[in-house]
Amino acid sequence: MERLHSLTAHELRALMSKKSARPSDILKDVFDRADSVDGRVKAFVRAAKDSARSSAANVKEGRLSGIPVLLKDNICVRGEETTCASKILKGFKPPYDATVTKKLKEAGAVLIGKANMDEFAFGSSCETSCYGATRNPWDLDRIPGGSSGGSAAAVAADETILALGSDTGGSIRQPAALCGVVGLKPTYGRVSRYGLIAFASSLDQIGPITKDVEDAALLLGVISGYDEMDSTSVDIPVPDYSRSLVRDVKGLRIGVPKEYFVKGLDREVELAVKESINVLKALGASIVDISLPHTDYAVSTYYIIGPAEASSNLARFDGVQYGLRSESPEDLIDMYTGTRSEGFGSEAKRRILLGTYCLSAGYYDAYYLKALKVRTKIKEDFDKAFKSCDCVVTPTSPTPAFRIGERTSDPIAMYLSDIYTIPANLAGLPAISVPCGFSSAGLPIGLQIMAKPFDEETIFRAAYTFEQSTAHHKRRPKL
Amino acid sequence: MSTIDRGAVKHVALLSRLALDDAQIASYSGQLEGILSYISKLNELDTKDTPPTSHALSTLKNVFRKDAVKPSLEVEDVLLNAPSREGDFFKVPNVIEGK
Repeated sequence: MERLHSLTAHELRALMSKKSARPSDILKDVFDRADSVDGRVKAFVRAAKDSARSSAANVKEGRLSGIPVLLKDNICVRGEETTCASKILKGFKPPYDATVTKKLKEAGAVLIGKANMDEFAFGSSCETSCYGATRNPWDLDRIPGGSSGGSAAAVAADETILALGSDTGGSIRQPAALCGVVGLKPTYGRVSRYGLIAFASSLDQIGPITKDVEDAALLLGVISGYDEMDSTSVDIPVPDYSRSLVRDVKGLRIGVPKEYFVKGLDREVELAVKESINVLKALGASIVDISLPHTDYAVSTYYIIGPAEASSNLARFDGVQYGLRSESPEDLIDMYTGTRSEGFGSEAKRRILLGTYCLSAGYYDAYYLKALKVRTKIKEDFDKAFKSCDCVVTPTSPTPAFRIGERTSDPIAMYLSDIYTIPANLAGLPAISVPCGFSSAGLPIGLQIMAKPFDEETIFRAAYTFEQSTAHHKRRPKL
Repeated sequence: MSTIDRGAVKHVALLSRLALDDAQIASYSGQLEGILSYISKLNELDTKDTPPTSHALSTLKNVFRKDAVKPSLEVEDVLLNAPSREGDFFKVPNVIEGK
């Protein structure tokens, strides 16, 4: 038994059903792989070796029986440290499982540990983690993207079979694109957020990061569904996503928005995406020119709404009930201030300050309310576009992976990494990133496909057809 | 929209319960100024007659649940992460003067 770690979940399930591999063999091979490469990639913040071994020794029957899954460190697992890569939550052991954690356990998955991320998911490079940066497996001097950089890097480096990330402005899709793997942000409300430590509650969504589209469909099917513990989850049936895995885009109307092909888009990314659109056209899809006129306002809108919601959500970290508490405070206010000042990193503080400012008396209407109104316009752009097309295809990220440290002192340059992914969060739409090529330096490029709310099926159909007609997803980094 | 000077950063830091030294105040003030100036692009748009969207899905309404008795977390589980506890309570420094 070798190289099990390089297989997909559906391939491993086929092997296990023929009794050609056991869950404990798969787990051993995955941990051996992680042991040999993670010193360089640094995707894991914690490996749960003992609990993983005992669950692999006695797997539950289900859709993910015996399949190793790595969770982003903002998803709660009962009794296992969960920190959001922040000093303020070091040592925190949740007293309950997130709903996605519960669903994975029920499906027989083997949870292998926690993946690195930007602190509280604030970042596009995985560099704001209190544990230090994760590296891009394709070039260890470059960032893996973020904030779910550890999840994407681990999948790309074959250190896990499946991973979960969370996506508030592109945090699943952008690292998936930069690491050459598949990442899906489901429709807002498709997956329960219960037990996901909140960043921006009107935007956050948990989703799969996988080696191919079939695995993304498999994992989404397991984690989706209404949950009474999350009042924003939506009570509509979960389709059998495996039925969407058809190699056929004949008659599918693909919208291409002109506003996504503008200044700032890397030439090689543009060529790879245009070539991919030609591939889809050659396979029978019809290409429709569309306009999303408010695209240019999405980053501004997001950098008001995101920090505003985050500043409110992060008010709960005060040293009273869990996590860090500052030493010998003079009084209660001093304890709050000391704890928060010691516990939060600089990007978290920047966003708390920005969000608090945008919500503060005298500025609320000018910033927060204004952003909510522009959000309406961005959403209306998509409503209109979907009258003439079934899905929208764009680049995922304007550039391939940048170098470690390249954008850390320039917040706006960092924020612009998410220029193509933010609109789907603001409009609540599902969106996937699939590998669609490589730069001349050998760095992966991602293709984004967005669809109407709760139409993940069209996304899977287009993404699967594209993937099965190309070979980009089969390339793996040399480590 | 306005500018954010050091005084404004100090005020927001107080509201956020963050202690910043002078160097941090200077650095955040410069960065936030840059971000706010980028964000002011939104003023180009006329939103007079546009309703706000605080939630992307129009299907969502207020959600009520049945007022039924259900088991909650065990007290011991809840207090497991307490930085400081006394009995079944989270312990914090004195709030009322005259300690």
